[in-house]
Amino acid sequence: MNEREWGRLNPLMIVVRPLNELLGLVPVLFAILVVGDVDLIRLGIAVGTVVLVVLYGLLSWLTTKYRITESRVELHKGVLFRQQLSIPRDRVRTVDLTAKLGHRLFGLSAVRVGTGKQEAKGEGVSLDAVTAAEADRLRQEFLRRAPEAAAAPVEEHQLSILDKAWYRYAPLSLSGLIGVGAVVGFGANLASELDLGLSDSGAARSLSAWVTSSSTAAVALACVVVVLVFSTLASLVGYLLQNHGYRLTRQADGTLRVRRGLLTTRSVSVEEEKLRGVVRHEPLLLRLGGGARLSAVTTGLASESGSALLLPAAHAAEATRVTDEVLGSRVDVTLAKHPRRALSRRLVRAVTPSVLVVLVLAGLSLTASWPTWPWVTGAVVLVPASVLVAFDRYRGLGHGLTPRHLVSRSGSLNRSTVALERAGVIGWKVRQTFFQRRAGLITVTATTAAGAGGYEVIDVGEEQGLALADEAAPGLLRQFLA
Amino acid sequence: MTGRRGRLGLVSDVEEHRLRAPANLVSPRAKGLWALRAGLGWLVVLVGQAVPLVLSAAARPWLVATLAATAVLGVAHTAVMPWWRYRVHRWETTADAVFTRAGWATQEWRLAPVSRVQTVDTARGPLQQLFGLATVTVTTASAQGPVTIEGLDEAVAARIVDELTATTQATRGDAT
Repeated sequence: MNEREWGRLNPLMIVVRPLNELLGLVPVLFAILVVGDVDLIRLGIAVGTVVLVVLYGLLSWLTTKYRITESRVELHKGVLFRQQLSIPRDRVRTVDLTAKLGHRLFGLSAVRVGTGKQEAKGEGVSLDAVTAAEADRLRQEFLRRAPEAAAAPVEEHQLSILDKAWYRYAPLSLSGLIGVGAVVGFGANLASELDLGLSDSGAARSLSAWVTSSSTAAVALACVVVVLVFSTLASLVGYLLQNHGYRLTRQADGTLRVRRGLLTTRSVSVEEEKLRGVVRHEPLLLRLGGGARLSAVTTGLASESGSALLLPAAHAAEATRVTDEVLGSRVDVTLAKHPRRALSRRLVRAVTPSVLVVLVLAGLSLTASWPTWPWVTGAVVLVPASVLVAFDRYRGLGHGLTPRHLVSRSGSLNRSTVALERAGVIGWKVRQTFFQRRAGLITVTATTAAGAGGYEVIDVGEEQGLALADEAAPGLLRQFLA
Repeated sequence: MTGRRGRLGLVSDVEEHRLRAPANLVSPRAKGLWALRAGLGWLVVLVGQAVPLVLSAAARPWLVATLAATAVLGVAHTAVMPWWRYRVHRWETTADAVFTRAGWATQEWRLAPVSRVQTVDTARGPLQQLFGLATVTVTTASAQGPVTIEGLDEAVAARIVDELTATTQATRGDAT
């Protein structure tokens, strides 16, 4: 293709875009058509929706065009609101290729380009979609720095690949539980909406008979078992869908590439030169099970959407190995502890809310004839648990410096350890609340262009924290120290 | 704690690590601005609480009590906060950095090297115009990095913007 000419998205998108939308609606449509009372109005609405979706797909295909010139990537799009996007090619930091099921049926892929700018969701240049071959060509094109370099396939070096044993870390996340909750809520809603009359069915009746005849303990145990089984299954399925075929490679053109996904496949390429660090996530359950997750600190990737993922829930040792490989230096140093005074702050902050909850519940049982078991349970379970969390949070606090990175760890239920490149620090924030001032503690934030924009070292001793900041980025803070 | 020996074993020549206050105070008129803004905020809360009292004839005693408590809090806050804030809010620009301190009960120091500055803006809200004040915002490539100096005299704000624009233009690179 001549690079100066305007290209269109693949015409198959007229079909694929609506198909992707409709695939999500299949269970609902199925339920409506098969189980529910089909009347003309519902059918009309369903058909009308399909027609509108297809029409919109056609219009957006007609109105979207893109081109890549020597210096810029340009995209014109929009049906009602015309948008003309243009970004300099040398500002492209990441390329994200996503192929949903509908795309894959036709061998297509969506291309999303991330720049150094902090982007809101939905912004940025996204080509949805082009053929998989064109997508791969664009990926190399966008991240190619020297214009003369041949567009021949580049060599890749494998850093990590999915190990079947990692599936045992899947149930150690709450995503399964959330998934089960969502499905149950959606199902119940749908059932009542469609008048399926589940409550009259034989199974439901024998279930309710069993519940009324059994002891509370047995019912509670049964509920726990059912929830555990289903959430485990859901998290395993989720892990399979998201991380099947996971591979992390280092390309010879200076990018890191993550490929994964069963139905929706995803390939995220990150320019290594702009990679500013790695965050290691160890939520409580995963940590107890000896696992960890990794995500990249880089510009051009929304940190929440999962596109920054470097390693899915995996063995802790593997996480350490991948971190070292990706950053090119060891960052699992022994971290300096924070002053003992930070523990009292963690205790106050964790215990106060749970004590308040217990007090409110106790007050309600005294005045508003609430039962006593809620506040007794709260006092026996919630308060001690929050004390434990506070101790664990304090134990988790730590910071350190390696020759190239600033390392900071915090959190208990959601522990994370960031290794931030010291050269990527572009400023400091030092925060001290009234109570921190009395305890001689500060919270130091290293600001950076990448990832969350800033990474905190929480409740560090005043001198300790300033010494850290001074040493991490020499010559910056020194002039303001007294 | 000595703080003399860093974790890399570098020997620091600074005896004690303590952030000093930035050199310059903001305009004294900022106290008026902060007091007015706090007063207006509290007024909204008080009016919101007074409406049900006036409308319902059977005024409940606890409504009166919360109203009185709010009034006391509001007056105390409006009287104390501006003075406290005025002592805290300070700024300084050097050849290579912008340094500010802001807040009152909770204080925050912010530091941005001039080499990483992307934009320098001034803004004047309606209340600020009333007092002849302006806010200077210095942004960097970080989403968490903007350094703002609130309550500056308009002339001082204009001078800071000119200075910073001149120094940042002399610096090359994409400041990330």
